[in-house]
Amino acid sequence: MPEKGTAANSSMSMIQALNSALDTMLGQDPDTLIFGQDIGYFGGVFRVTEGLQAKHGAKRCFDAPIAESAIIGAAIGMAAYGLRPVVEIQFADYILPAFDQLVSEAARLRYRSGGQFWAPITVRTPYGGGIFGGQTHSQSPEALFAHVTGLKTVIPSNPYDAKGLLIASIEDEDPVIFLEPKRIYNGPFDGRPDVALKSWAGHPLAEVPAGHYTVPLGQAAIRREGNDVTVLAYGTMVHVAAAGIEQSGIDAELIDLRSIVPLDIETIVESVKKTGRCVILHEATRFSGFGAELSALVQERCFYHLEAPIERVCGWDTPYPHAFEWDYFPGPGRLAAALARVMEPA
Amino acid sequence: MPFRGFELHIPAPERRPGERPSFDHLKIPPAGATPRPSPSTPAHELRELPYGLARVLDDAGNAVGPWKPDIDPETLRRGLKAMLLTRIFDERLFRAHRQGKTSFYMKSTGEEAVSTAQSLLLGASDMCFPTYRVLGWLMARDYPLTDLVNQIYSNARDPLRGRQLPILYSARDYGFYSISGNLGTRFAHAVGWAMASAYRGDSNIALGYIGEGSTAEGDFHETLTFASVYHAPCILCITNNQWAISSYSGIAGADETTFAAKAIGYGLPGLRVDGNDFLAVWAATQWSIERAQAGLGATLIEFFTYRMEGHSTSDDPTRYRPSDEPVEWPLGDPIERLRQHLTLIAEWDDARHAALVADLSEQVSAAVKDAEAVGTLGKSKPPVTEMFEGVFSRPDWRLIEQRREAGAE
Repeated sequence: MPEKGTAANSSMSMIQALNSALDTMLGQDPDTLIFGQDIGYFGGVFRVTEGLQAKHGAKRCFDAPIAESAIIGAAIGMAAYGLRPVVEIQFADYILPAFDQLVSEAARLRYRSGGQFWAPITVRTPYGGGIFGGQTHSQSPEALFAHVTGLKTVIPSNPYDAKGLLIASIEDEDPVIFLEPKRIYNGPFDGRPDVALKSWAGHPLAEVPAGHYTVPLGQAAIRREGNDVTVLAYGTMVHVAAAGIEQSGIDAELIDLRSIVPLDIETIVESVKKTGRCVILHEATRFSGFGAELSALVQERCFYHLEAPIERVCGWDTPYPHAFEWDYFPGPGRLAAALARVMEPA
Repeated sequence: MPFRGFELHIPAPERRPGERPSFDHLKIPPAGATPRPSPSTPAHELRELPYGLARVLDDAGNAVGPWKPDIDPETLRRGLKAMLLTRIFDERLFRAHRQGKTSFYMKSTGEEAVSTAQSLLLGASDMCFPTYRVLGWLMARDYPLTDLVNQIYSNARDPLRGRQLPILYSARDYGFYSISGNLGTRFAHAVGWAMASAYRGDSNIALGYIGEGSTAEGDFHETLTFASVYHAPCILCITNNQWAISSYSGIAGADETTFAAKAIGYGLPGLRVDGNDFLAVWAATQWSIERAQAGLGATLIEFFTYRMEGHSTSDDPTRYRPSDEPVEWPLGDPIERLRQHLTLIAEWDDARHAALVADLSEQVSAAVKDAEAVGTLGKSKPPVTEMFEGVFSRPDWRLIEQRREAGAE
């Protein structure tokens, strides 16, 4: 198997890495098939499935009607038969018509049937803001899924992880919601819209091996080691956090959660016990967001190590606004301010 | 046409409690009157079919007309036995609920012909995606009665390990998919399962059930689109038992068209079938199997039947419909109609019937007794560790910690 840095690696965008993951699985597992709106001949509105129908055939990669509930419902039936369906919901904002299928069916099937049936489906869906997509192309619904026991929720932050996590999700025996941060599909974005766009080329985590490899679900990655405060982030916000930490000049430790269910609680607790401070960063609205769970967990497990209140830097509790994209989007400046606050002497 | 002014239309059934039942509006054609086109007929040539009513058994018990199936008396007797067993079991376990031995029960009474005939006709590797009124499927396949009662009592031997409401069975080895209390969703699973069979090049057929009330759910319509678009080898069955709890079928649109006719808009064949006629159920299902096997995809069947009892143990139907409506139902009782037919063709008699009823009653009593020896609801349950199993393929740290916190180790 190729390792990082060998000749078989190539620099990929997150879109190319996701495409490579699907291509790898279609190539090696005849039970894997993919379907969704516009993903067949056309290759998907974000081009993630480009070329896959031509290479693997229409039965392995095909277009679906605009019927999110039946897309996920049919996938559950296929999975019960023994297949490994991977479906795309065009935007995470449009997954809501399928909520009953996810909550009452995919997440419950193994439990309620005494283990007779289960639904190892993977639901890929682009999510998150920073693209001037307005209310229905920008939202971050991860907390809705994390709250549903029986579902796993995975969020990559770079091309290497995107491929390894997607393969791990497809091979997982449980239903996985795979949220793709669309703002960083083509390049890392640190939350500063006035800075020139960057591509993934040259980024160390854009070096993607050919062929099969996995990044296990439930293992966070420490993106920056530090001693004074722990920053918890995932998806696009990992890059925003790095910029915010740099701007603050504070020696923060940055943890990329990679999956929120399963959650790598050990890495979080170990870090916060070391630093004594914690700031949580996510795009989703703050109230009952996943940050609330993270905050509660850190408080429960690290209370006597904490030297400052836990801070959450999140989207405001409004619908996702169009004109106010950058007023809403939690950028590096807001994180830097939060870091400064938690470092203030008591 | 002149503008007449608008008035909001709220549908209402013909009769309410205290009134005489009336079924004059149903326009039921005589047995044998609805034609049987070849199963290879293109869907667009079948657009009149969903407005008929395929019937085989006439009022005297004769099998007549084009839908008359080729079926041997032994199979008919197996069907009668499975229907009777379902009826007797339902009566006994409903009583167990009234005796406080479980929390909930739902009967299939009046609808036994649909699930028993289809269970006998479909193959061992086919899969049915049930509603909560197809117990007959399991009875026709000799599912162990004691396991049913153990599930209803959620006791230590419950095959579903105490996790699921009574009668929401799951029996993979018997071609019976897991049921849940939410409605309509499994219709899509049936089509996905059938698509998987076609994807693999297998010959397995999926059979989905939905109630007429749940045809109003979005999943019904999305599923028919999928079934049509991908030519999924499945049989999609609407059991129209006229009542969704207290809502008569008109609340789901029955006054405007037939449920079978919904198929037309999706380019699927729609059959409307006397669901209390074991032979007609058999024939329509056979027609649909032949069609799927010929590569022509899905069929939608409306089984026209009647819910003779309340929705569940929590329901009293005399609050919303005439109390003698069930006995006045013009298509009769499916068990009595098959018994009448078998008797007419000299393949059954009253003595054999009485002996069968006695034997099945004894089997049910023995199963109840065995399950009660394990325990009724609250008197016996699986170990509490089972509460934390099966959430994921392997419990994560939360479940392991919480299992410890619950003292379940």
